[in-house]
This record gives sequence, C-alpha cells and structure tokens, in this order.
Amino acid sequence: MTSSPYGTAESHDRLARVVREHAGRLAASLIQVTGDFSTAEDLVQDAVLVALKRWPQEGVPERPDAWLFTVARRRGLDLLRRQENYRRKLAQLRWPDEGEASEPDERLRLIFTCCHPALTQEAQIALTLRMVCGLTTAQIARAFLVRESTVAQRITRAKQKITRAGIPYRVPDDEELGGRLSQVLAVIYLLFNEGYLSTAGQAQSHDLADDAEWLAALLHRLMPTEPEAAGLLALIRLHRARTAARFTPEGTLVRLAEQNRSLWDHEAIAAAAALLTRAIRRRRPGPYQLQAAIVACHAEAVRWEDTDWEQIVLLYDMLLHLAPSPVTRLHRTIALRYTEGPRAALAEVEGLAPELDGYYLFHATRADLLRALDRPDEARQADRLALDLTTNPAERALLQERATS
Amino acid sequence: MKYVLLFVETEEFAAELEAMGPAERARAFGRVDEWFAAHAGKVTGGQKLRDPGTATTVRLEGGEPVVVDGPFVEGKEVVSGYAEIDVADLDEALRMVRTWPGCPVVEIRPVETGPLE
Repeated sequence: MTSSPYGTAESHDRLARVVREHAGRLAASLIQVTGDFSTAEDLVQDAVLVALKRWPQEGVPERPDAWLFTVARRRGLDLLRRQENYRRKLAQLRWPDEGEASEPDERLRLIFTCCHPALTQEAQIALTLRMVCGLTTAQIARAFLVRESTVAQRITRAKQKITRAGIPYRVPDDEELGGRLSQVLAVIYLLFNEGYLSTAGQAQSHDLADDAEWLAALLHRLMPTEPEAAGLLALIRLHRARTAARFTPEGTLVRLAEQNRSLWDHEAIAAAAALLTRAIRRRRPGPYQLQAAIVACHAEAVRWEDTDWEQIVLLYDMLLHLAPSPVTRLHRTIALRYTEGPRAALAEVEGLAPELDGYYLFHATRADLLRALDRPDEARQADRLALDLTTNPAERALLQERATS
Repeated sequence: MKYVLLFVETEEFAAELEAMGPAERARAFGRVDEWFAAHAGKVTGGQKLRDPGTATTVRLEGGEPVVVDGPFVEGKEVVSGYAEIDVADLDEALRMVRTWPGCPVVEIRPVETGPLE
C-alpha cells in the first residue's frame, strides 16, 4: 500500500498495528495444524521479525495476513523437516483468499491458553503480547523496562510449561469460565495500567494502553454476551478518551480536578458509556462494569464541581462488596472526602495504614487530606513518603512539586 | 496425560485431624474414600504415606552417603500421600483436584513419559 520509509516511532507503531491484526489469527491457525503451541509461536515470531525488517523498505503488502502466512509456512517446512506429519499438514494448509469465508476466529482459545492460571502472571502477559498481539521480544522488553533475555526466558519457560504440563488449547467450560475469564481480564487491565501510567516521556516505548484496548475490543467481539468483557472495554475507553488532558505539553501529570475538560473526547466518552449501559442491562454486575461506572461518573461531569460523589461512593460500596481490596477502599476515601468531609475521609485512610503503608498513593491521599485540614507540615511529610515510594516519572514530578512547595 | 498428585499436609491440618472425635474423623476419611470412588476410572495408583516422623533421608551429594532422620525438607508442609492419575490434560487434573476433600495442598506433577519429551 504505502512505501514511505518507516523511520519514526510513530510509523513503527503503525507497523505493529498491522502485525497485531494478523499475528494472532496466524498463530491460532498454526496451532490448529501442528497441534504444537511452541512451534506455532516460533513460526509467527520469525515471520513478524522478517516483516518488521522488510516492510519499512518494501512497503506493507496488500495482504499482510497472506504475506505473514507464506513466510511462516516456508520457515515451518524448513523447521519441521524431521517431523514429517506436521510438515505434511503444514504443506497442505492454504491461507484463505480475501472475501473467502474464513475459519472461525480461534483467537479466543489462544487468549485463554496464554492466560492459563498454571502460568505466572508475568508469563501470561508476555505470552499474550507475543501470541495474540504479535509483539517481538524486544518490544515487550522495552515496554516493561526489563532485559530482552529476561522476556525471552519467561516466554521459553511458559511455552515449555504449556507443552510439558499438558495445558490444553481450549476455551474453558461454562463452570470454569467465570474464574478463567477474570484472569484474562486481569491481564488486559494490567497491561492497560502499565501503558497508561507511563505515557509521558516514553515515546520509544510500545503503546501498551493501545494493545490493551485492542485486546479488550477483541475479547468483547469474541464474547459479546459477557458483560465484564464489555465493562473492561468501556473502562479502558473512558480512561483513554481523557488522555489529551492528562499531561501538560511538558509531560507533567495534570490531576483530574485541574484537567481541561474541553480536551476530552466527548464522543468517545458517550460511546463508551453507551457500551457500558448495554452491558449493565444484562444484570450480571462485576468489578469492571462497576469501575467503568465510576469512571463514567467523572467523565460525564461537565465540571469538577458537578461530580456526583454520592453516586461514586455508592458504586465503590458495591465494588467492595464484590471484590474487597484495601486499594479500592483507599480510592473510596477520595470520594468520601466530598460527601462526608476530609476529617471522616482521613480517619478511613488512617485505618488502612497496616495494609497500605508501602503504597505511594496511600501517602499522597493522606497528604491531600491533611492539607485540606490545614495541617501543612504533616502533609509535606506524607508527600515525601509518597515520593520515595513511586518510580513513575510523571507522578514523581507532581509529588516533588508539592513536597517542596 | 499421566500426572502424580502429591498430597501435602500442613501443621494446622494435622492438628485439626488430631482434635477430631472418632466419628468426625471417620466422616473425614469417608469423604476421601468417596472422592477416590468418584474418580476410580482416572486414578491408576497411589498410597497414603506414614507420618514424616517415620521418614529417613539419604544425601548422596558429597562423597559418602549421609543418612539423616526426617523428610528431605524440614518445613510446615509435608508430603502425606500421592495418587497417579491418567487424564486428558492439566485442566482435567485441576477439575479433579478442586473437589479433593483431604489435606489443604495438592501439587500436580506430570509424569515423564518418554525420552523425547
């Protein structure tokens, strides 16, 4: 299609997006043929690496999926020389032409296998990015600021575990589905947070938030009647719709209260809220729908002063009922400040000290409340504690400013 | 695939079992028997082991074998028995283990089936 040279990070992103649309399908078909997760992963990864090398010079081919398949098959025939039965099956495999009724989308099995509970969460994340999104080891390593050899080892061990421990390639039965789905959702949400929190100053890093939204959209498409999948997609989109207002041009984090709401993508907010409403109508509430509803309360408030804090506290109460967690209780106190006042909120926060003393947001929230109660010295001290506990550059800058002001 | 389920006891579990009256303990053992009966087609072997106080460990890593009283790891969790099972895959093993009514920890370990694995 286009043959411009891909030199910039932005165009690398474009290439990665093209790959993402096709790599997972290719992986799913190859597993189907060879019955071997590990071999399929190798073949797809090889094809992706060739593509990332050649497409910048030759342009993205008209049918990227067929191109990737051809490269993977050629490599497979070579690699499987000694495994005659795989080789024969692979040789017979033909990639469907465009418009031809293609096989059902098998990526759901792929996702569930990558996120199997018998794998560590780190391995689940790395495998999902590799198998479903087609990321290279180098891209994953850069996004998580770890060494390439670490990621490579993680993936190798996970693939071995899948083969040698007999982890099946399947979508779980109805009775297991709930628990297994929450693992998948957790992986996607974690990816999103990882990407979303580190937006500033990392232009070179792969956009994990974008991958997370894409994965959530894929999951929602493949499981359209699952309200939590829709809830997670709505949650991610509601957050991303406000990205433009989250940072100053210099890359400093802007807090919600101070954000310029005219920079928000109101169309995207309305669409995500509508998606959430459809999910809620299924009457199977869950943590992601509730979190999305909380974010929707913020996103739909015209001004900070218009925020419906009563509703937010109520939603937190429901969320805590479904998924008790000290971090959620901490978030609830932030809303509580506006319904019950900073004194009541501070009392709640102090109660969380035994569990959250090592969490920067605990100290940052305390600092806010202490400031509201006119106790500036204690507030500064709490800000300094928070500063010591976070490594995120954007959050550090904000805390630094407060601790020294 | 073949797996071995390693049944692991904790100190708390042993104490609970100890504190039970005879009728209650019989019921607890009865539940374990029922579990084995329900999975009879999948269980291909296994034994309950005597308490870790009866274990003897031999360490061959140095020159001369060293014989020591006790299990190979001294800890709060000890292997108390094992079962061999033959099931389709890890998920089936997980399904079985989920309803295990005995000790509180179970390790699922695939059996090495051939030199090429």
